[in-house]
Amino acid sequence: MPTVTLTINGKKQTGNVEPRTLLVQFLREQLGLTGTHVGCDTSQCGACVVMIDGYSAKSCTMLATQVDGADITTIEGLAKDGELHPMQAAFREHHGLQCGFCTPGMVMSAVDFANKHKTGAFTEQEIREWLEGNLCRCTGYHNIVKAIKAGTEAMRGGK
Amino acid sequence: MNAPVGAPVRRKEDFRFLTGKGTYTDDINRPGQLYATFVRSPHAHAEMRRIDTGRAKAAKGVVAVYTQADLQAAGLGSLPCGWAVKNKDDSPMAEPPHPVLAQGRVRHVGDPVALVIAESKEASQEAADLVEVDYRPLPAVAGVDDAVKSGRPLVYDTVPGNVCYDWHIGDRAAADAAFAKAAHVTKLDLVNNRLVANPMEPRSYIGEFDRGTGDYTLYTTSQNPHAIRLLMGAFVLHLPEHKLRVVAPDVGGGFGSKIYHYAEEAAVTWAAGQLGRPVKWTAERAESFLSDAQGRDHVSHAELALDKDGKFLGLRVATLANLGGYLSTFAPAVPTYLYATLLAGTYTTPAIYAEVKGVFTHTVPVDAYRGAGRPEASYLVERLVDQAAREMKIDPVELRRRNFIAKDAYPYQTPVALAYDSGDYFTTLDMALKAADYPGFAQRRAAAAQRGKLRGIGVASYIEACGVAPSAVAGALGARAGLYEFGAIRVNPTGSITVLTGSHSHGQSHETTFAQLVSERLGVPIENIDVVHGDSARTPFGMGTYGSRSLPVGGSALVKALDKVVNKGRKIAAHLLEASEADIEFKDGKFTVAGTDRSKAFGEIAFAAYVPHNYPLEELEPGLDETAYYDPKNFTFPSGTHICEVEIDRDTGQVQIVNFTAADDFGRIINPMVVEGQVHGGLAQGIGQALCENCQYDRESGQLLTGSFMDYCMPRADLLPNFSVATHGTLCTHNPLGVKGCGEAGAIGAPGAVMNAVLDALAPLGVRHLDMPATPEKVWRAIVNPTAKAA
Repeated sequence: MPTVTLTINGKKQTGNVEPRTLLVQFLREQLGLTGTHVGCDTSQCGACVVMIDGYSAKSCTMLATQVDGADITTIEGLAKDGELHPMQAAFREHHGLQCGFCTPGMVMSAVDFANKHKTGAFTEQEIREWLEGNLCRCTGYHNIVKAIKAGTEAMRGGK
Repeated sequence: MNAPVGAPVRRKEDFRFLTGKGTYTDDINRPGQLYATFVRSPHAHAEMRRIDTGRAKAAKGVVAVYTQADLQAAGLGSLPCGWAVKNKDDSPMAEPPHPVLAQGRVRHVGDPVALVIAESKEASQEAADLVEVDYRPLPAVAGVDDAVKSGRPLVYDTVPGNVCYDWHIGDRAAADAAFAKAAHVTKLDLVNNRLVANPMEPRSYIGEFDRGTGDYTLYTTSQNPHAIRLLMGAFVLHLPEHKLRVVAPDVGGGFGSKIYHYAEEAAVTWAAGQLGRPVKWTAERAESFLSDAQGRDHVSHAELALDKDGKFLGLRVATLANLGGYLSTFAPAVPTYLYATLLAGTYTTPAIYAEVKGVFTHTVPVDAYRGAGRPEASYLVERLVDQAAREMKIDPVELRRRNFIAKDAYPYQTPVALAYDSGDYFTTLDMALKAADYPGFAQRRAAAAQRGKLRGIGVASYIEACGVAPSAVAGALGARAGLYEFGAIRVNPTGSITVLTGSHSHGQSHETTFAQLVSERLGVPIENIDVVHGDSARTPFGMGTYGSRSLPVGGSALVKALDKVVNKGRKIAAHLLEASEADIEFKDGKFTVAGTDRSKAFGEIAFAAYVPHNYPLEELEPGLDETAYYDPKNFTFPSGTHICEVEIDRDTGQVQIVNFTAADDFGRIINPMVVEGQVHGGLAQGIGQALCENCQYDRESGQLLTGSFMDYCMPRADLLPNFSVATHGTLCTHNPLGVKGCGEAGAIGAPGAVMNAVLDALAPLGVRHLDMPATPEKVWRAIVNPTAKAA
């Protein structure tokens, strides 16, 4: 079995995987990082989104071996010392989650949106289009869009 | 933290969900766990001549392979149906058995035929491919209107015409008399499209067996774990409840689809007992499409009789409701008692007659999905009203006003069984009209026309009935369960509170809103209150969450338990303060002797109850732990008006929602932030039904054509607008909180508002009718050929 070594949430992790093991399986089943979810089989829902070397990606659509050596952040790696990351705090403040199942992927996508909009104006429509790869069945997106707007602004402030 | 009722308190549950620390069923892994894969039928209808499990059993890592023959030999029962509907002649509905695994015949694509259990998920999946089933495919029927025609394939040889029941309600003679004197009759044939609930978390189960005690545990993605314990224990596995614990941990949405007792739950629990090891199954999304109960799927003919001034005189409705290949747990009730009883809507229509045929087809079973019967009723009534307005050249808003039930007419008895206790449809209509700038629409339409766009506005004034009730009435109508709720307030010795509820939160925010109720009543900070739900070992009983019942029924049970806590606390305080019980007042967390400054804090009373050194032990038991059951006296009746404004691109048929306004009456509101969130979510599902979602089967082969998120169009962020939502509360008169429920309203009001807007936009072209969903293709075809009969 191939061995993969990844930096996950700042910590080096090594594991033996089958060639067919998906990144999301490696995270959930081998490392116990169950915050990353699986909501579909077809790369449509985005519940599995993580950051790989600074970009959001669907961990259900990548093999663990493909990301050998990568630096990965999952939802478990965002909050520091029990304090919510500004994007997480914005989701809470604006009620951007209900059942919580899509939330980890939604927040990771949102963080990537904010990273790509560190300066300059952005529109609500751009946020909605950015969420093309993330499904939520509970919120109707209204509050998620508000949360991402506020979270993006908060991250600019270095909060 | 102070968290009064009515404040937009931020949620207690959010921290764990936002940090990836929620515990959903698939996140749980038990020691020694095995993995199950179900072999599913590729045919909609076939005879199974032989199932050969030999190769699968011999495969690497496989522990067991079971078919229905094994389950039958073990004495497993049929999956029960929880509601029996009667035919017009009072005879019982057809109720064919629903075996856990298919027996002899398969009745829909995805029907489970065998269960493979192995050491790993991969091994079980690979071995499932080795199970050989010798199918003899048979002709299938998928469309509800097709299934009732003569000569069509039968789902059950014992059920002629595929009619499970032929039911009716109302006064046929009175309705016919109303039509005889009508100045105008509006007629409409309508399809209410089939939907898939699609909570983002797929169903997942782990069955576990303790060889030492003989106790079973089921972890399940359920909206009502206690009901599963009862149904599965008593009817399927024949396990007494004290040997069966059912846990529904964090659940990632339900929308109805996680109410029912499913075959996979029973199968993994039973298999765990057989093998003495935990057995886990988690659906892939493709399996969710093939096995989660689906929603809606009606074909209706409706007629509205009006006098010359537009007063509604009578309504006649005939509906065919698709039930799928098996009866799901509450399926028979949805198109009958939750649908036809709502056909009066918000109007004074004096005579109504409705007949409903529940029909078997070779499709996935159909049951309640967000709104459950009420969206179908509301859509039908609101489409009829708009069409009548157009035909009679009366403004649709004015026509609604002329027929609304008057503000002072409550309690209002409808001709279809329900008695509305309260409401004010005029105020929510006015609020919505104002917020939507209805008077300014003509100008906006003209401006859109300048840009080459078709603009339309649509109104829907809905009503719904929440919290099915009372138990005795529901029982008389065929319910095989009570519809009360359990609540308990456990005051801990140092004054913190554990709240036990039989409601289940899977997005509804009970951990916050129920804590607000308790915080306000007892004066205890919200962080010292935990709400426990979803575990039969921690909460003694519960009926669960569906039909917007959690607050009206579950919250009312908590109010009763809180009353008991305060009453007992008053007795303890009277003793400690050496005063008469009648003189003790309880306010802001303090028991005070009226008119004095002598008082005891709630925490002191709690401590005294558990450390009863100075305590009236002769008269009072120690402890401060009270339980209540609440059986509602009536349904609650939320209502409101939704207004949708659309622009349609003539060249592409694309419908864009440019404005959506909801004004709802939910009674008293505990947490407006949570209520708005519930409305938003419901609206998204209602708009999804109207514009894009459609579960389609091939009518000949019964193959599911929309079996993934690539084919079944889920609403995404860029399909939806920002919503303008507002509330106006008339209090429910019969529950102690005055609350009505808010979870389903959006899904009930939105489809009518959207389609009325689309048809308003297309009316100048001569388009009179479209069925949902108004996809770009369908709308474009209507634009290029407005008078063709819509597909």
